[in-house]
Amino acid sequence: MKRNRSKLLILGIFLGLLFLSPFYIILTNSFKTQKGIFLNVMKLPFGQFFTSNNYVEAFKELDFIHSFLNSLLITVSSTIIIIIFASMAAWMLVRTKTRFSSFLFFLFAAAMLIPFQSVMLPLINIMGKLGLLNPFGLVFMYLGFGSSLSIILYHGFIKNIPKELEEAAVIDGCNKFQVFWYIIFPLLKPITVTVSILNTMWIWNDFLLPQLVINKPEWHTIPLKMFYFFGQHSKQWHLALAGLVIAMIPIIIFYFIAQKHIIKGVAQGSIK
Amino acid sequence: MKNSKFWFSFFIGPILFAFIIVVIVPMFMGIYYSFTNWNGIGNTADWIGFKNYIEVFRDHDFLSAFIFTAKFAIVSVITINLMGFGLALLVTRGLKISNLLRSVFFMPNLIGGLILGFVWQFIFTKAFDGLGRMLDLNFLEGWLSDPVTGFWGLVILMSWQMAGYMMVIYIASLENIPESLMEAAEIDGANAWERLIHITIPLVAPAFTVGLFLTLSNSFKLYDQNLSLTGGGPYNSTQMLAMNIYNTAFKFNAFGLAQAKAVIFLITVAAISLTQIYYSKKREVEM
Repeated sequence: MKRNRSKLLILGIFLGLLFLSPFYIILTNSFKTQKGIFLNVMKLPFGQFFTSNNYVEAFKELDFIHSFLNSLLITVSSTIIIIIFASMAAWMLVRTKTRFSSFLFFLFAAAMLIPFQSVMLPLINIMGKLGLLNPFGLVFMYLGFGSSLSIILYHGFIKNIPKELEEAAVIDGCNKFQVFWYIIFPLLKPITVTVSILNTMWIWNDFLLPQLVINKPEWHTIPLKMFYFFGQHSKQWHLALAGLVIAMIPIIIFYFIAQKHIIKGVAQGSIK
Repeated sequence: MKNSKFWFSFFIGPILFAFIIVVIVPMFMGIYYSFTNWNGIGNTADWIGFKNYIEVFRDHDFLSAFIFTAKFAIVSVITINLMGFGLALLVTRGLKISNLLRSVFFMPNLIGGLILGFVWQFIFTKAFDGLGRMLDLNFLEGWLSDPVTGFWGLVILMSWQMAGYMMVIYIASLENIPESLMEAAEIDGANAWERLIHITIPLVAPAFTVGLFLTLSNSFKLYDQNLSLTGGGPYNSTQMLAMNIYNTAFKFNAFGLAQAKAVIFLITVAAISLTQIYYSKKREVEM
């Protein structure tokens, strides 16, 4: 039994290092000069081939603070709007026992099967006509695309909340708006955390939709900026690698802070 | 009664509006456009019947993208789920470093596919080359420069990215297996392998439904990683369906044709997902 355990431990350590090795290679090479990368990828960046200049240049060219703020603004506002409207809709769908309401829920759930690429061309056409090919329109589209999963998750959670709680409040003279925001919404906190994490992860990393929607460079998000930056520097790995590391830093910090919630959220999100 | 109707639309209206404009209307418009010669720019879209669909089946690039995607989906669904399940077994054995390992295995999943594709482009083209020369292993050199290494490059990238995600799903399910069941089997003389086959795997079956569904549809819809790892090259040999649709529309301005491909894509993805859900659910019940 004991020997088995230490074998497992060694296997675990080996696999862990194997999983991390791509990050290690990117990180070490991002501190090398172009020549240093060319001569030997496996060597550590010491001596004449060490440089931290890659980072200074990549940071400037990515216009990182600006694109970081764009990503942040778009992700946070989309997530907040999704949470507000998805939780409201899910509550009403659970509490309304009509055919129409079950039909709507079925519609939201069935839409999970529709791949983005099958609607993107007409969508961009419509949004162009409405003058919504801008960050505001992008947030609106995230509300539409985020609705299915978020409503399903809220729906499953709300089903288990006893109705008596609300009935007492109605007797006390609350209208539905007040009942929802003062009584129900605070109870939804665990599932709200899950919904916000799932949406944040997806929207932060999304590339195709912003690429189609955002045509002004000043509104580029991190993935978009990274794409064009990489295109310009495909033969200059020293700059590209530093750029990649910079682009990954915010996500890794977020992971350190919210790790428990993230892993729990993913597990919950997939069960439905 | 009037009152309750007002509240119903007040609560559901906003998100339903966005959902209809963003998902439902484009879907029906897309089906309509697939029967027209729409060029994407003006409003001119004349009805041309099934011409686009006939064209699709003559399009060699599309057919090879379809086959490549299907092959990729089959292989990666197997590798991702095997790896995810294996990792889940490993980190539920009460090792001291279990939690750390979970975090490590899950980490690639958080970073966007576009960035990961670039990361692995460097690993495959530069690090593999260097390692191959150092260890004198020829097969490590020249990755991504031909269809075969491009294919396996994508499989490796996706397995590395998604295995941690599947691991999380399988952990949740493994932790639900009652301890007493395992102990009873052990007393009855079942060895570790028999316990895995006869107890663990049947009880984890519902999680396999989820895992297969997620990986299969994700593999079919793959775009970001395809774009940043190989860009479809060399000579479109690693181009997948999503990229083929994108290029048909935006590189060749054949929006009607692209939309016909998109409709076929929609039917394929939906059919696969529905079949998969149906069969897995059926199996679960039988067990």
